[in-house]
Amino acid sequence: MRRSFYRLDRSGLSLILDQLKHRGYTVLGPKACGNALQWRPLDCLEDLPGGLSTLLAPAQYRLQTGSETCLFGNPGGLDSIKAILHPPRQTITTIRKAGDQLEISQETPPAAKLAFVGIQSCDLAAVAALDRVLLQNGEADEVYSANRANAFFLSVHCTQSGPTCFCASMGTGPRAKAGFDIALTERLEGEQPEYLAEAGSSLGAKVLEEAHALPAPPEWMRQSTEATQKAAEAQTRKVNRQAARAVIDSTFEHPRWEQTAKRCLSCGNCTSACPTCFCVNYEEQSSLDLASAQRVRLWDSCFTLSFSYIHGGSIRLTPKSRFRQWVSHKLARWQDQFGVTGCVGCGRCIVWCPAAIDITEEFAVLEQAAGSAVTAGGSPHGH
Amino acid sequence: MSSKSPHPRIAVFKFASCDGCQLSLLDLEEELLDVVGAVDLVYFPEASRRMAKGPYDIALVEGSITTHHDAEQIQHVRRQSKTLISIGACATAGGIQSLRNWQDVSEYVRTVYAKPDFISTLKMSTPVAEHVPVDLELRGCPIQKHQLLEVLSATLAGRKPNIPTGSVCLECKRQGTACVLVTAGMPCLGPVTQAGCGAICPAFDRPCYGCFGPMESANAPALAQRFRVLGLSQPEIERSFRTYNAWAWQFRRVSEGSAGAPAAGHEGRQP
Repeated sequence: MRRSFYRLDRSGLSLILDQLKHRGYTVLGPKACGNALQWRPLDCLEDLPGGLSTLLAPAQYRLQTGSETCLFGNPGGLDSIKAILHPPRQTITTIRKAGDQLEISQETPPAAKLAFVGIQSCDLAAVAALDRVLLQNGEADEVYSANRANAFFLSVHCTQSGPTCFCASMGTGPRAKAGFDIALTERLEGEQPEYLAEAGSSLGAKVLEEAHALPAPPEWMRQSTEATQKAAEAQTRKVNRQAARAVIDSTFEHPRWEQTAKRCLSCGNCTSACPTCFCVNYEEQSSLDLASAQRVRLWDSCFTLSFSYIHGGSIRLTPKSRFRQWVSHKLARWQDQFGVTGCVGCGRCIVWCPAAIDITEEFAVLEQAAGSAVTAGGSPHGH
Repeated sequence: MSSKSPHPRIAVFKFASCDGCQLSLLDLEEELLDVVGAVDLVYFPEASRRMAKGPYDIALVEGSITTHHDAEQIQHVRRQSKTLISIGACATAGGIQSLRNWQDVSEYVRTVYAKPDFISTLKMSTPVAEHVPVDLELRGCPIQKHQLLEVLSATLAGRKPNIPTGSVCLECKRQGTACVLVTAGMPCLGPVTQAGCGAICPAFDRPCYGCFGPMESANAPALAQRFRVLGLSQPEIERSFRTYNAWAWQFRRVSEGSAGAPAAGHEGRQP
């Protein structure tokens, strides 16, 4: 569709939120909860982390008071919207004894109307990746489908990159290319930020029209592109995604895996924080009186022994085999399975790893070991 | 099964411990009537004077083995029980009292007791599994009462109990608790500690202190290295690993780092 561009001030943006609520959406956004930003329902713009900034480094996340009044300047927080679309704990089936009969009920949630405010390009790419796995890969996952069905994405182009961001090299940001209903560029020229709003769907355009948003000055679009380009150039971490599969394939026995596995805690923080890791385990539960039973689905992690348990035992016994499995799947095998990489460059695995393991650093070592033969085909930055 | 009751016969035994874990059974307030309706608590001195003889379908064993009498008694319990489940950090790792394993216990006895001659004790406090085969271990100081309920429910249904052996971190992330190590630099033992508690401490902004003992593939030296980066001194690191599950070999790997060799002649279990 033809994209149209609007300008919004803070009250205009507030109106958009009201419009969405009026249309029956539950409006969610990154909200400061304790020590981190997390996706939570928003009552108003004041719930967004205006005046807060995040300090990110491997194994370090600090939410602190910042001087700027930007609402969206911060990189992704503790969770991604995976936690909402593909919940960490979900009852799938409940079975009850009723006399001689068994009552079986599927606990599929009703189709939700969720609006995600402030979602960044990396996380939009993660949703697209999850769509491939949970919607388009054979039979659609009912829970994900229901939560995803009417999702409205009010995304934000990143005009600042965090130190752990590497979306530019993964081709997923910092500018959202698709998948949004409205994409904002936050502009801080005066005392209060203003917004360039780009309609990405007819619904997005309609919501903007209803909020009586005015057309944006033509130079705002150019400035927005320049700002996201600058944010891309500021990124210091990268993964050569074109070479990723070849690098992983040729370094399967490289000693680096073992060296890093010595630091790896096998705790599963990376897979939990990853916006695309979708693996789950099913637990069968029963009541003490055997009158009811439930099947519950829980986030699982390929770092546990039970994950690879098959007849006779776990097939990935060593931390090395589990760490290698995860990195290989993210960067290479996912491409074989789903046609995209499983990594969107959000940097959460780097930030939330208690052992400060950095997937970009690991990849760089392997890439160097793989040598130029492997990397000849790809551009160094992978834009 | 008893000839009189169709329900499994359950016995609760206590060795060196504080009783907190077996009290978890009585602490199942809302579910307690369901429990006594579904199982036959035939031997539970904490709750009833009725102390029926074995054999038992399930023995819940609390406490560590610290005396010669304990060491004999646990053999008897094992012989009498189809399934033996050790419950709590004392029974599964030796408990806080295993701190004696690094000291001279006879010196303690001389210092504490007026008539040390009456005291007969072992040099070490050791977990049940060092003495007899154990079918299942329930971790924690104390155990999580819903894990106990889960084991009973699973036994009655003839299914495998859901007792996860991965890290506490998985529970934190599932419930959306921001990592206290990453956001506040706290020395949290969550990454090396077995899940099952519901990650209570980090949910209240406190670091996990490892009361559920080492998780399935605990890499304690790597976490200790992280603690060093966070600014903990070597004695502080060693102390953090030397609490309720001090004698678990995965934690001893760290706490014995500079504190010298363990008490002679005892290596503990390794996989």
